[in-house]
Amino acid sequence: MAKHHAFRTDIKGLISLFSQLSGQGYSQIGPLVRDGAIMLGEIQSFDDLAQGYTDEQAQGHYRIKPIPNKGLFQYAVGPQSFKQYLHPPRRKLWSTNGTNQNFTVETGDKPQKMVFWGVRSCDLEAIKILDRVFLEGAFVNKWYQQAREQLLIIAASCPLPSANCFCTSTHTGPKPESGFDLGVHEISGNNGIYYLIETGSQKGEKLIKKLQLQWASAEELESMERMIEKAASSMKKRFEPTEAAELLKKTLEHKYWDEVGNRCLSCANCTMVCPTCFCTSTEDITDITGEHSERWLRWDSCFNGDFSYIQGGKVRGSTPARYRQWMTHKLSYWYHQFGTSGCVGCGRCVTWCPVGIDITEGLEELAR
Amino acid sequence: MAPESDYAKVTQQTVQPDVWLPVLYTVQERKAENRGIVTLKLAPSEAEMIESIEPGQFNMLYAFGIGEIPISISSLWNSQQQLIHTIQDVGTVSKAFCNLVVGDQVGVRGAFGTSWPLEEAKNKDIVILAGGVGIVPLRPLIERILHDRNDYGKLNVLYGARSSENIIFHQDIISWQADPTLNFQITVDHAYSNWRGNVGVVTRLIGNANFDPRNTAAFICGPEIMMNYAVHACLDVDIPEDRVYLSMERNMKCATGFCGHCQFGPYFVCKDGAVFAYPQVKSYLNIAEL
Repeated sequence: MAKHHAFRTDIKGLISLFSQLSGQGYSQIGPLVRDGAIMLGEIQSFDDLAQGYTDEQAQGHYRIKPIPNKGLFQYAVGPQSFKQYLHPPRRKLWSTNGTNQNFTVETGDKPQKMVFWGVRSCDLEAIKILDRVFLEGAFVNKWYQQAREQLLIIAASCPLPSANCFCTSTHTGPKPESGFDLGVHEISGNNGIYYLIETGSQKGEKLIKKLQLQWASAEELESMERMIEKAASSMKKRFEPTEAAELLKKTLEHKYWDEVGNRCLSCANCTMVCPTCFCTSTEDITDITGEHSERWLRWDSCFNGDFSYIQGGKVRGSTPARYRQWMTHKLSYWYHQFGTSGCVGCGRCVTWCPVGIDITEGLEELAR
Repeated sequence: MAPESDYAKVTQQTVQPDVWLPVLYTVQERKAENRGIVTLKLAPSEAEMIESIEPGQFNMLYAFGIGEIPISISSLWNSQQQLIHTIQDVGTVSKAFCNLVVGDQVGVRGAFGTSWPLEEAKNKDIVILAGGVGIVPLRPLIERILHDRNDYGKLNVLYGARSSENIIFHQDIISWQADPTLNFQITVDHAYSNWRGNVGVVTRLIGNANFDPRNTAAFICGPEIMMNYAVHACLDVDIPEDRVYLSMERNMKCATGFCGHCQFGPYFVCKDGAVFAYPQVKSYLNIAEL
């Protein structure tokens, strides 16, 4: 659904938006350069945002490099997704004090008020999928709900998808269509970089009003459409999610699982970088007196040995079985459970797999 | 064609409680069933309590400072006032539960999961097949049927234990054996010289059961391998497959579909099960390491 209007600004408009949000007590999270990658972190000043970088991604390969273009969004997604702020890798569920005979339970921490900067369309759709997992079933993940209710999303379209991106296949990009408060499009024009901003909520409209920006011209809107079309047509990996879902149901005993299982290290990288993988485990940490104990929730992975442990052994002891669980869950059973694919085409699992296993190639093998 | 989906958006009307927080209970009674299996009666420590529990459901039980495990409801006797759980010592947390004494406190979350479909079983003959501690989630079902005895046809309870030492619920067994409205059969895999009863796998007992297969519901719980054979034993005597129910076991951390551990094909065993009708799971049961 193309919007017929957007506001136009240069980078100063975004800087002033940043100051406005700082004044409102938000913790501002965005992409920054750290450890040789585009990572996510708290942005103390607008200059912290990654600027003038692009990335190079291939199967099991990731590098960033400076470029003359001083844009904010000239790279694809890095290893981290915003999942880690809505569904933290470690979080205290509750703590308890006392003895076996008498103990009391106190709730853990509450989430803070956050704004996410530069959420790409794939990650935006991933948040909508996590909403289905944590908010729209018989039970509600309260911490997630509180984080989500206070959240402000500034989405950004992708000018330069990576070689591993396939959001056109999963129908999740490259342009953010809904679910954001503000949608930013970074356009590299002849006279430098400018930004078109769309509003997606009343909160977003209120913020933009204070910036007193001009409307974008018809020509500028056209440049935006051209940029998005170019980004979309640059993606070469292809599959049809609904067909993949059906295919996987029929191939549970295909020889591909043994082949991929021989390459897979069961390292869990794909599940850690995936913006929709939500599995967790619990840990009980007790101090030396035995009178104070904490329950923590931490990310877990279907690739870990203990994940499927029940009395008598592991249900999925072998790597082929674990890989099959991950891929069939993500691309097939997810429909059953949540009415959608669990894949948003971000390509992270391909990039961060140490042996370069490519989920889209896997589908081709299974179809053979 | 869009893939099959069970997803239906639920809009929560009220402020939801934190599903991770336990309700505190106190151990009121402890009974050793045999070496390594203990039954605990738990009473609420404060005003808050677990409500509306159905046969076949389970609770998440927390041992102070140790951890939390899913444990079936073992009996619904006096369930308005207390919870009854039977626990086998097989790991760190279950060991802690087996070592609890009267007066100790525990945390409880629940009740979770699907229940044995008693409505479907009304006016039908009943075959219950239990393997080992699989008898535990079946006991509340037997209690409920005996309570509303006239609503059901012939009742057969077939129980297999590894050896006579592993048999639990002796008091119940004595009363079931004495009950003329119930056909109770028991077998052991390994017999000692003092055993005078049946020897062999539990599925063989189906030959001693009385039922009209066309109008029968079967309820099965035991080790997965036993359930596989038990299902086929039921199908072999022409019990319709959609009237065969079984209770699955998987690793569980949350019981609310959030942790992902209990997945079995498209299902979360914690909320889509643990009780399944056989047609739901039949295409997944025979796939190794699913």
